[in-house]
Amino acid sequence: MDATVETPRILRDDAYYTLRREIEEFYYDEAECIDTRRFTEWLDMLHEDLRYFMPMRHNVKFGQHAERENTREDEGISWFNEDKWTVTKRVEQILTGVHYAEEPLSRTTHMVTNVQVLQALPDAASAQEVHTSCRFHTYLNRVEYETYNFVGKRYDRLVRVDGDWKVRHRKILLDQNILQAKNLSTFF
Amino acid sequence: MTHPSKAADFVDWRRGQISREIYVSEDVYRRELETLFTRAWLFVGHESQIPNPGDFFTSRMGEESVILVRDKAGVIHVLLNSCRHRGMKVCRYESGNTSLFTCPYHSWTYTTDGRIRGIPLYKALYDGNLNRDEWSLVEVAKLHNYKGTIWATWDPDAPDFLTYLGDAKIHLDQALDCRDGRPGGSEVIGVHKWVFPANWKFAAENFLGDTYHNPSHRSVDMIGIGPSALEGVKGRRDNELEQAQHVWCSFPAGHGVHSAVQPEGYEFVDQFKNDPEIADYFRYCHEERKRRLGEDARFLPFVGTIFPNTSYHGRQPRSLCSWHPHSANETEGWRFFLVDADAPTKIKDFLRTYYMRYSGPAGMTEQDDMENWLYATKASMGTIARRHNFNYTQSMGASELNPVVNGIEVRGDVSQQVTEHMAVGFYRRWAQYLDQEPWDVLMGKGDERFTPKAAEE
Ligand code: FES
Ligand SMILES: [Fe+2]
Repeated sequence: MDATVETPRILRDDAYYTLRREIEEFYYDEAECIDTRRFTEWLDMLHEDLRYFMPMRHNVKFGQHAERENTREDEGISWFNEDKWTVTKRVEQILTGVHYAEEPLSRTTHMVTNVQVLQALPDAASAQEVHTSCRFHTYLNRVEYETYNFVGKRYDRLVRVDGDWKVRHRKILLDQNILQAKNLSTFF
Repeated sequence: MTHPSKAADFVDWRRGQISREIYVSEDVYRRELETLFTRAWLFVGHESQIPNPGDFFTSRMGEESVILVRDKAGVIHVLLNSCRHRGMKVCRYESGNTSLFTCPYHSWTYTTDGRIRGIPLYKALYDGNLNRDEWSLVEVAKLHNYKGTIWATWDPDAPDFLTYLGDAKIHLDQALDCRDGRPGGSEVIGVHKWVFPANWKFAAENFLGDTYHNPSHRSVDMIGIGPSALEGVKGRRDNELEQAQHVWCSFPAGHGVHSAVQPEGYEFVDQFKNDPEIADYFRYCHEERKRRLGEDARFLPFVGTIFPNTSYHGRQPRSLCSWHPHSANETEGWRFFLVDADAPTKIKDFLRTYYMRYSGPAGMTEQDDMENWLYATKASMGTIARRHNFNYTQSMGASELNPVVNGIEVRGDVSQQVTEHMAVGFYRRWAQYLDQEPWDVLMGKGDERFTPKAAEE
């Protein structure tokens, strides 16, 4: 037994790379929306049946990672485990202008890298649904001296709705045990 | 270490003023570690986190790591997480099940009750010089399992836990008991852990019952995230206390709570309207609780802090917090989320999603608290700032001993209007710990607020 988790791998052909570029472009658009504070526009990139999930990460014994390292979506407490209604509430809260944890607004830069398509349905050439993995580095600076770096992995399921990709399932693995930040007031 | 001043000099309770030094001074902070966190009863964890023999949960007391463990015989221990040989942490997992704690450094091993099991090459290197029975992991002086919550103190002279809790017990009970009134029966469904740059007392004080800070939550109240938000109800929770008389209580041991007493003949206030099935469940709990507790059911908790650094949220949401000190201006917050262990899965799911959107560093309510605590600490650090006391005169003189509220006696130094007198009471006791007063004083002896007027004459 080793401590790794299997990642599926599909054929790297031209259709794969074309699809990957399309997905990368989608992620850059998302980052641009959030970093330029067009939050309402960003919400449109999320599917109506969104699940937005960030588990907590535990220090566990070797061999128990697959089972116990991350808190679970179907039970217990995580950092985020919510639907589109709740994410929309978060945007509404910022837009009140009196959400003091984001007033004045933070400066953020969302970097997305290592994008890979893990699965394309029905296939890469005519994909209507993709499962992806990527790495993120989100820099946040607020007021004067407060600065945070959030680094981790993201596993998404995107589906095409009327030609546009939408995020239907997002699992965010922040590489921290005890959260090294007073708040998670940005989006991932 | 020399301590230039008495801590009591920082707390001018007669005028309702407190020095900013207590929130920013590293010297005061060191004294807290030495004199307060070594003596007071601290919350360590919940028995639902260690149901089976060999189960452990790594916790903290003050700055120090401790292991909450159920030994092979089923007895609960709290052990200092530091090897007796050279101090290595013997457990760096957050939780799990084990039969031994094996020190990674030189491989001394300890059983789950803290005793040494093995010392490598003992016969050749130590025989005759080291008595294994004397080198167990350091264990707390006293431990108490209160309705599943585990509390511990390093001071063998500390009063027993229930004496320490005093009249705050009935308030804490409301957070720990089942929603239908059965005693105890809660379980922890997850623990948030995060670090924020503020003094730990800002958090502890907030939960004593700082109702006055409500405006800082305006944004979440405007959008509405409560259990009835889908029905258009604004606010961050259901207002089940709309008919109730709120009470703010200070206790001799330094605890403070904000609770409420429903009027006689009160009815279930419509709640949990997002889902009729959930609403029915809580209506049932309400009726059942009334049936079991009778008139006492009119008593409902809101928030409280058990001195010094354990806070609770009693109803919506429901959790216990530890505010672990890191330094004068940094705190590690742990929030233990509670549900009734035997609640239906659908209820637990509803509650956990509500807890997550409300609480902690990702919560839409508490993000704004953290912003306040951070910048209140930061802006109090300056030389000029430190010369100017904080003002705690709110509702000064408006509290009374053991009043009858809506026909029920509420024990403690109690105010029926928004107040800061619990904070003043908390800091009076806090100063006495730092000035190393004896336990009877720490339990309120000599505090004129708790001396019945008749006895003075
Ligand atoms: S420090 Fe633990 S065995 Fe040496
Ligand atoms: Fe608050």
